[in-house]
Amino acid sequence: MSSSRPWLPHISLPTLIGIVLLAIHLIMAIGAPWLAPYPPNTIDTNNAFQAPSSQHVFGTDRYGRDILARVIYGGQVALVISLASAVLSVLLGGLIGVIVAYVGGIVDEITMRVIDAVISIPGILLLLVIVTGLGTGTPVIILAMVLSYMPGVIRVIRATVQEYVPRDFIVAARLRGERVSDIVWVELLPNILDVLCVEFAMRASWIVLSVSGLSFLGFGVNPPTPDWGLMVNENRAVLVLSPWGTIFPMIAVATLVVSLNVVSDEIAKVFGIDRGVRR
Amino acid sequence: MASYVFGRCFSALVTLFVVAAIIFVATEVLPGDVATAVLGRDATPKRLAALRAQLQLDRPASARYMDWLYAFVQGDWGYSLARPKQAILPLIGERVRNTLWLSGIAGVIGVLLSLLLGVVAGLKRNTWFDTLVSTLSLIGMSLPEFVIGSLLMLLFGVIWALLPAVTIVQPQATFTALFPSMILPAVTLVIVMVAYILRMVRSSVIDVAHSDYVQMAYLKGVPHRRVVWHHIIPNALIPTINAIALTVAWLIGGVVVVETVFNFPGIGRLLTSAVSDRDLPLVQALGLVGAVFYIGINIVADIATLWLTPRLRTQYWRVADE
Amino acid sequence: MNTPLLSVDNLTIGFPNTTSTVTPVVRDVSVHIAPGMRIGVVGESGCGKSTLAYALLGMIRGAGVRVHGTVTYAGAQLFDMPPAQLQHIRGAEIALVPQNAGQSLAPHRTVYAQIAEVLEIHQQLQGDAAWQRVVQLLADMRLRNPARIARRYPHQLSGGQQQRVALAMALAGQPKVLVLDEPTTGLDVTTQAQLLALLHALTNDTDMAMVLVSHDLGVIAQTCQQVMVMYAGEVVEMGDTADVFQQPHHPYTRGLIAAMPQLTATRLPYAMPGQMRRSATDQQCAFLDRCAFAQSVCATTAPTLEFVAHTRAVRCHHWQTVATHDDVDSTATPLLDRAPVGEGTPLLAVRQVSATYHQPDWRWWVRTPPQLVVAQVDITLTPGHTCAVVGESGSGKSTLARVITGLHQPAAGNVYLDETVLPATVTQRSQDARRRIQLIFQNPDLSLNPRHTVAELLYRPQAVFFGRTRAQALPHTISMLQQMRLDEQYLNRVPQQLSGGEKQRVAIARAFLADPDVVVCDEVVSALDVSVQASLLQLLVDIQRQRGTAYLFIAHDLAVVRAVAHTAIVLFAGHVCEQGATAEVFAVPHHPYTMQLLSAVLTVPRRTVQPQVNLPADDTTLTHGGCPFRQRCPIAIPHLCADVVPPWQQVAGSHTFRCHHPPDVLASLRDQFALPTT
Repeated sequence: MSSSRPWLPHISLPTLIGIVLLAIHLIMAIGAPWLAPYPPNTIDTNNAFQAPSSQHVFGTDRYGRDILARVIYGGQVALVISLASAVLSVLLGGLIGVIVAYVGGIVDEITMRVIDAVISIPGILLLLVIVTGLGTGTPVIILAMVLSYMPGVIRVIRATVQEYVPRDFIVAARLRGERVSDIVWVELLPNILDVLCVEFAMRASWIVLSVSGLSFLGFGVNPPTPDWGLMVNENRAVLVLSPWGTIFPMIAVATLVVSLNVVSDEIAKVFGIDRGVRR
Repeated sequence: MASYVFGRCFSALVTLFVVAAIIFVATEVLPGDVATAVLGRDATPKRLAALRAQLQLDRPASARYMDWLYAFVQGDWGYSLARPKQAILPLIGERVRNTLWLSGIAGVIGVLLSLLLGVVAGLKRNTWFDTLVSTLSLIGMSLPEFVIGSLLMLLFGVIWALLPAVTIVQPQATFTALFPSMILPAVTLVIVMVAYILRMVRSSVIDVAHSDYVQMAYLKGVPHRRVVWHHIIPNALIPTINAIALTVAWLIGGVVVVETVFNFPGIGRLLTSAVSDRDLPLVQALGLVGAVFYIGINIVADIATLWLTPRLRTQYWRVADE
Repeated sequence: MNTPLLSVDNLTIGFPNTTSTVTPVVRDVSVHIAPGMRIGVVGESGCGKSTLAYALLGMIRGAGVRVHGTVTYAGAQLFDMPPAQLQHIRGAEIALVPQNAGQSLAPHRTVYAQIAEVLEIHQQLQGDAAWQRVVQLLADMRLRNPARIARRYPHQLSGGQQQRVALAMALAGQPKVLVLDEPTTGLDVTTQAQLLALLHALTNDTDMAMVLVSHDLGVIAQTCQQVMVMYAGEVVEMGDTADVFQQPHHPYTRGLIAAMPQLTATRLPYAMPGQMRRSATDQQCAFLDRCAFAQSVCATTAPTLEFVAHTRAVRCHHWQTVATHDDVDSTATPLLDRAPVGEGTPLLAVRQVSATYHQPDWRWWVRTPPQLVVAQVDITLTPGHTCAVVGESGSGKSTLARVITGLHQPAAGNVYLDETVLPATVTQRSQDARRRIQLIFQNPDLSLNPRHTVAELLYRPQAVFFGRTRAQALPHTISMLQQMRLDEQYLNRVPQQLSGGEKQRVAIARAFLADPDVVVCDEVVSALDVSVQASLLQLLVDIQRQRGTAYLFIAHDLAVVRAVAHTAIVLFAGHVCEQGATAEVFAVPHHPYTMQLLSAVLTVPRRTVQPQVNLPADDTTLTHGGCPFRQRCPIAIPHLCADVVPPWQQVAGSHTFRCHHPPDVLASLRDQFALPTT
């Protein structure tokens, strides 16, 4: 019964749609080798620019590659990159945030200066600057995402921890002479776990957006990796001739981000945390 | 007040110094030889040597950084690598104008529209209007800029062919010549921007509408319309100033993608081609321009917030009768 | 009796809950308010008194709904009224002074703008005329320099000033009914006394009716002719204040009065068992499980509100028994046996401790001088004794607790444990020293980790101090819980699932699991309802008797201090004014500040004499040199007190005070104050 478990949220229809969409995306990504009708990169120039048919449900692109297969495998790429980046950003950011807030003083001052500076390079500009220096490719993308999204996590976690450190229960732990590691692990962590969860869900959706945007510009993963943004970029020139090459990856990225946004909204609501603006 | 502005500007300068360092480090100090990175692996030794000399790669990075920054402040932004003999400053100049037109129009419309929709949705919480607006904003912020841009292009540029799908005018074109090409990119930016700011405005309005002092206003017998205009809106809009500033930062980034989608001749389009060409001086200059713009907007937002919030204003401003 | 101005008839207000029923918070309440009537509504938190107060203005807060009943003003029903009509009544006919003025004043507008808004809407007064009227209203509130206050923003005012501004705003519309929701909660006792005196002066001999809602019986006794006692949403007793408080007919009223600590009492306050349950069925008395008079009929039939005299009503089957039963004190513990002070070796000693705070300034290039908050304080604590530190907010009493526990490094002086100097900060102290001095915080909501279960909360000190495993700790935890009159069921609950009193018991248990010698209690009962407060005081005294623990008891409530402390130290702006055995200091106070504090204590039944001696407005600024109290002192000597630090004078034994005046001058001042006599 819901009354005996007050933490179990009442699920509304939009939330349910979001959760189902996310589940579909996860299943598609994990089951890609079995679900995709063709390998994603098999070139078949005889069948280029095919309209959707029973043979190729989403049609084919200019090299005759099956778009459905590429959309399914593209989900794998998008989820791997964004989950890896989100996990790294939240873990590293959380760790640095806690340390900085707890140590304070000059360490805090310097770190926050650098973070202010990183945040002052607007969104995609920072990504492009990093790409200019390091080139493209999956590891670089993940690194770029972590570098540009972690500062925001550090800021949020630092502020949360700073709010908790003067609280009486932390003071009580200090009065007992608990080790700093125990205070962080036993007293602090259970309290900031909800913020970390919300940060993770929120950043995951932003990272999907950024990754696809970067790929769209041609600075994301390297071809021929099936990536939604890259697919839109490649098929954009033939938008009028064969719109399916653009439409289906766009639908895929939009539904994934919608589902992530709905789910992170719901997590935030359950924990009673106000979702801020981007960054 | 004056000393607050002074202090705020000073800290902005410090931040900018660090920003410049980050951009410099990210582009020049990273692994490998910059000259090889720029010219590619099959470059001739002669060209490599020439480029090394041009970039003074034999000098330590810190010295090059200080020189670069000093020259930058002096207005000497150097020359593009990919477009020989093109000085960066004039190259950027005409495109900055175009981008400012585009983002300025989008920014003004977007802010006004999101304030209007956000306030109404917040006041009419849980009505069909609120649900509609909130759902649309959730979808709006979930669609990447290139998706919105491509869809608009497909609908208005191709299917109905009402507006130019891509820009074909030159960067130097006049505003009137450029204007038709500006509409679709601007609409794209407005859609995403509204989606973000609106959510902030809405939740801020809801917070204030549930505050003790708004309840007190009703209990004083203040009519609803007056409560809305005199109590709710002024207090709800103050926290949105910073949200708007943050979204403007996004606008700078979003412009890059949108300009690429529509082939619009602004700094965003210039930046993507500079990145493709590995045109280091140009990327550095553009990165710094973006950061200056962002930091400037934030200073304005901070000062505006301070000015409009009595609690902060009186803290930084010695009261005359004290 | 006059025709009622404002009538509440059979009003029931509830909050919808998860099982699609409504939990009533106000049940079937009827009250008729006539012009000039001053009625108090009293009850503990959650009894529905605030909900009732807002309903008087036709407002139900939050998700509440009106189930049935009406509120009628001048023949019109407020809940059926269109908003356009209701707004002519709110503020103009019925006005509210809210509980938390600080949050109820709009932060973006000046005091003038907020009061003028009422004048503009209800009296069409604008411009110069409005300004004159606002300044006049603020002057009526006895605010110094009203024109300056009018130009200020709410955050620039002190709590007392904010409350007066809220009162001025309510009176601006010249209402016929003034509703006050906990108007003095959170204010210092002297500020409260001033505000109540002001309220008395403003409402006495006028036609304005007043409804005052408070948890504090003393506040009601001081200001209201009639009182209505609420319990679990119901009116359990009503009548003339003096009658009700002198001879309560309902066991709950009786319990509330007995739970109030008294300055003159010779016993600990009496603790009511159990706690309020809101969702009691209609088939039984809501007070059943806490009642000492309950019989079988109480469990099967709910009592009705029965009129037992013209204006007196009570909701109890056995009110006649209750009314004539006069042995309230039979179960209460007699006041502590007062061992002679100064005997036994000192356990904890504070010697010449001064503490400062550095006010952080955003202008980091400006060096501001540190602010002195504690000045040369001496305290000696012997085993098994309680020493109280009394003072208003900002007196430095909490800083003193932080210095003793090692959370705040003193600017001068030392803390001694067993006559050896303790290191200044908690990290430098030995584990044993940390164990022997425990601190209990004011608010258990903040001092208990919200994510830990009771078992985990009580395990931490055992792990740290005794190296026990969870299994080893469990028996100790359970036996400690039992001592706190909690049981094993609580082990797996988190703080959110506990009531305020239960949380504080867990916090006390945590402190005693370290087996301490000294416990610093920082306002440990001030956030609790009186009945819960009484049971916690009882608990603390019992443990002290068993274990011989020494308490440093920090409090602002003098009556509580009188009940538990052997010795007391009166602190003003960080300086000790007077100290000695509690009984002596409270019986024959010598320092003018102690007298002010004692005269401001509210009693039930109300004392007949009002505090007549002038209490200057509450914008105390800390002054350097001379006597710190001189700005508020009624008998300050112009130059002497400003320039020369007053000398210590001895009354008898350890009872000393610091003042320039000779004892005979102070004795005549004492006669002017209406002090409660022992």
